Amino acid sequence: MNPILSEILTYLIVFAVGGGLCAIAQLLIIKTKLTPARILVIFLILGVVLEAVGVYKPINEFCQAGISVPIVGFGAALTRGAIEYAKQIGPLGALGGGLIRTSLGIGTAMIMSYLVTLIFSPRSK
Amino acid sequence: MDKSKRNQRYEDYVSSVTPKTGTLHSLFNAFWIGGLTCALAQGVGDIYYALFPHLGKDLIVNYTSMTIIAIAILFTGFGFFDVIARKGGAGSFLPITGFANAMASASMEFKTEGLIMGTSVKMFSVVGPVVVNGVVWSAVAGIIHWLIAGGA
Repeated sequence: MNPILSEILTYLIVFAVGGGLCAIAQLLIIKTKLTPARILVIFLILGVVLEAVGVYKPINEFCQAGISVPIVGFGAALTRGAIEYAKQIGPLGALGGGLIRTSLGIGTAMIMSYLVTLIFSPRSK
Repeated sequence: MDKSKRNQRYEDYVSSVTPKTGTLHSLFNAFWIGGLTCALAQGVGDIYYALFPHLGKDLIVNYTSMTIIAIAILFTGFGFFDVIARKGGAGSFLPITGFANAMASASMEFKTEGLIMGTSVKMFSVVGPVVVNGVVWSAVAGIIHWLIAGGA
C-alpha cells in the first residue's frame, strides 16, 4: 500500500478505536450508576486480562495508541511487566514487575503534579 | 431504611436540577475528544520514532506516555483541562491524560491543607483505585502465568 495512505489509515484506526472505547465508557456512565473510578478500574482490568491471555499484543499492533493510551493500555503494561519480571527472577517478580515497567509514567505524573502544585495556586471551580 | 429513602429523594432532586445533555451528543463528544487524544499521542510517538529511531520501541512508548502525561498536567495547572473534561466526559478521563489530570487536580486542590497532609495525601485520592487494582491484578496475572508457563 502507498505509505502515506497506510499512515492515514493508521491514524483513522487509532482515532476510531480510542474514541470508541471512550464512547463505551461514556455510555456506561449514562446508562448505569457506575462512577468514573469504577469504570476506570473495569477498563484497567480488561487490559490486564487481554495481556494475560496474550491477545493484547496483536490488538496493540493493529490499534496502536488507540488501545495503549486509554487506561486499558496501562493495565496491559502492568501485566506485561509482571509476567516478564516473573520470568526473569521467579514468581516474586510478579509483585514488582508491573510497577517497574510503568514507573517512568507514574513517576512523571507524581513529580509533575507536585511541581505544578508548587507553581500554580488552586483555583475555584 | 429511612436513610435510603432520603438518598433516593436526594438523587431524584439532583437529577431534576442536573441539566440534561443528549445521550448522543455526550457520546459524540466522548468519541472525538478521546479519539483525538489517542491520535495526538500516536503523533508524538511517530515524531519520536522519526527523530530517535535508535531508542527502540519500548523506550519510545515510555517517552511518549511521559510526554502526554506532562502536557496533560501542565494543562491542568493552567486550567485548560477543566474545559476539556467538562465537554469530553469519558473521552477526557479514560485516556492516560485523564489519569494525570486526576492526580494533578487533586494535588492542587488540597494545597491549602499543606504539602504533606494535603497535596501528598490527596494526590492518589482519585487514581489510587487504578494503581492499587492494577498492581494487585497484574501480580495475580503474572503469578498465574508463571505457574502455567514457568520461567520459559
